[in-house]
Amino acid sequence: MLQWLYDSYDPVKLSRMLTGITLFFHIIFATIGVGVPLMIALAEFIGIKRRDSHYLLLARRWSRGFVITVAVGVVTGTAIGLQLSLLWPTFMKAAGQTIALPLFMETFAFFFEAIFLGIYLYTWDRFKNRWLHFMLLIPVVIGSSASALFITVVNAFMNAPAGVKFLDGQLVDINPWAAMLSPAAPTKVAHVLASAYLTSAFILAAIAAWSLLAGRRHVYYKKAFKLTMVAALVFFAATAVIGDFSGKYLAKYQPEKLAAMEWHFETTDKAPFVFGGILTEDNEVKYALKIPYLLSILAKDKPSGTVTGLNEFAEADRPPMYIHYLFDLKMMLVGMLGIVLALFLFYLLRRRSQRQLYANKWLLRGSIAAAPLAMLTIEHGWVFSEIGRQPWLLRGLMRTSEGATTSAHVDTMLVIFVLLYIVLGISSVIVLTRMFRSNRAEDEMIAMGLEGGEPQ
Amino acid sequence: MSLEELGIGILWLFLFGYLIVASIDFGAGFYSFYSHLTGQRQQVRTIIERYLSPVWEVTNVFLVFFFVGLVGFFPDTAYYYGTALLVPGSVAIVLLAVRGSYYAFNSYGFGSKSLYMFLYGASGLLIPASLSTVLTISEGGFISEDGNRVRFLFADLLTSPYAWSVVLLSIVSVLYISAMFLSYYASKAGDTAAFEQLRRYALAWMLPTILSSFLVFYAIRGHNSEHYEGMLSLWWMFALSTLCYIGAGWLMWKRKKLGLSFMLVLLQFGFAFFGYGASHLPYLLYPYLKITDHFTSPAMASALIIAFVLGFVLLVPSLYLLMRLFLFDAKYVQGKLKK
Repeated sequence: MLQWLYDSYDPVKLSRMLTGITLFFHIIFATIGVGVPLMIALAEFIGIKRRDSHYLLLARRWSRGFVITVAVGVVTGTAIGLQLSLLWPTFMKAAGQTIALPLFMETFAFFFEAIFLGIYLYTWDRFKNRWLHFMLLIPVVIGSSASALFITVVNAFMNAPAGVKFLDGQLVDINPWAAMLSPAAPTKVAHVLASAYLTSAFILAAIAAWSLLAGRRHVYYKKAFKLTMVAALVFFAATAVIGDFSGKYLAKYQPEKLAAMEWHFETTDKAPFVFGGILTEDNEVKYALKIPYLLSILAKDKPSGTVTGLNEFAEADRPPMYIHYLFDLKMMLVGMLGIVLALFLFYLLRRRSQRQLYANKWLLRGSIAAAPLAMLTIEHGWVFSEIGRQPWLLRGLMRTSEGATTSAHVDTMLVIFVLLYIVLGISSVIVLTRMFRSNRAEDEMIAMGLEGGEPQ
Repeated sequence: MSLEELGIGILWLFLFGYLIVASIDFGAGFYSFYSHLTGQRQQVRTIIERYLSPVWEVTNVFLVFFFVGLVGFFPDTAYYYGTALLVPGSVAIVLLAVRGSYYAFNSYGFGSKSLYMFLYGASGLLIPASLSTVLTISEGGFISEDGNRVRFLFADLLTSPYAWSVVLLSIVSVLYISAMFLSYYASKAGDTAAFEQLRRYALAWMLPTILSSFLVFYAIRGHNSEHYEGMLSLWWMFALSTLCYIGAGWLMWKRKKLGLSFMLVLLQFGFAFFGYGASHLPYLLYPYLKITDHFTSPAMASALIIAFVLGFVLLVPSLYLLMRLFLFDAKYVQGKLKK
């Protein structure tokens, strides 16, 4: 690895690695940043509505931890924002004319969120009317989701450029509003938002499950667990529906990506869905699990739907074939999350086993595992989406190699940033665990004089 | 006024906003660390933390705002500056990242640790130095272009007296602006001990501020005489800046009207910053890039202006609310409200 870095200096490859690593790290915190405010709002809403201090404490403790993740999200977000220009100057020159608008609006949304988050955190006991404090959270939720929306719009444009004409190597006839509403935007935005909500719900559920599994039986943890898991259930359903739309979008606008992920070479109707297997040198699929008609159904809603094959595309325009395995992996991850939620639903609906809901070791363990799995699914979804777009930086308009910097120092910067992310990652885990260990919910309830705060 | 001038005007305003809020922030970090070292921590630090906690997040956004807007209006800046700034830009990112996250770890996570305080305090002085590189580069002479490759002449930057005078000015101004603001804030909080300490800092940095300003003036004459001529023709702006400087210092010395004193500091830097910016025009990067060539597409320019206006409609009342609740709320400033 290091040897390779020294042997061949290739700014394109190194810029891709550095951008990828920065995004990989940022996405962890960005996802939490989008999803957790909604969960905090949910808990605070229920708390005020039902006059239940446990939910209010929940919102308060979540928001305390949230600040730490926001800090890392802000600084890594600044990093990627600047790196776009530093590592991809030629791309940003083109992008500046076409997609500066959503980039800019993202900053606005973030500004809005930052202002109100600061106010929210420091006004917990300032208003007599609790609803006023709750209202402060609304701009935070809107701001965080809107910034995800706008930044995803930028990515959608890169996948399916719209609102521009390409003439003699120049982007002309630019319509910024049309560029924002590229065909990829609706499915991508919906998918990003729903999966961020889902993952955040799972992360918070894992924390509650962890405490329950450790034998802390306070009703506070039960409420936290039930709230987060029900939310996860809802977001999971939404994500699944949107995922289905994404398949249809790909079939229509980025058929080479769909075809590569399913190793679909000939354009045919009644196309099968391919899982696993290997690809021989003459592009034959062997040892794979094939489900007849399913790809056609996914892509076109009917078994007789025609799915474009890879043979329609020049070799140089095809994404790498290994994205097939990436997609398989994604389906497996999603499947595991589904099993955990099904188990939860089973105990939730069977009146007789309500106690089991908070005591079943396998459900609790599964819920703990679901948090990293969900985060992996998000990371994985991005890797899949970005590699599936190769070799294009702007699909059909600019190749990745044309956009990168020519600077001679990308290798050093790569090493520096990797070190930075390692340090930040480790520090935030240490800080977060210490923060909650040194101030347990039970202690806080006693300190606040809440009923039921005494050890049971 | 053309769209180009309007665009760069708005962006310059945001950069000025960043300069002020970031200076307060960076300087506060340094004073916080310094008072930790010298053992007067509680006095000064409580004041600093009470101010910073609700606003630290907003600071970064001003900067992001500026460069996203710059690339939007003037896409070619990404091409030239992007290539040239990889190293100094990345250094600034790393410092900002360390500073921002360790601030949060320290103040929201758990009690202060000397290492965290040090990272936070030291990075606050290095960031202005690395960011000021952009202004230095914009004067030309540090970039060469052959064919379609932009090269950054790193060695020239390190040996340039102009570059070092800008670095000096940026660090000194940070400490001066910050101390002037925090003195005002401490006096509002009615914390006499902290006020006296911060006032000493403010007065101590007054002379270095004006001296380093003149040094930059002198150095730019040797580096980019065209720009120097431009600055001379806007001499009245720099004269007004100096008057404001004297007024601000006098009020601080007399311990009178500290709000007005800080307003004068704002005007002092405002006149100097806008005078500098106006005389830099029409160049964004001397001599490669003017604001008139490679302006963004007209459709994007008007879309961005619309977004600006809509954004301001949201931002200004929100910022006002933030200030009302934390800057101009006597109870909060005096620490009579629980977090």
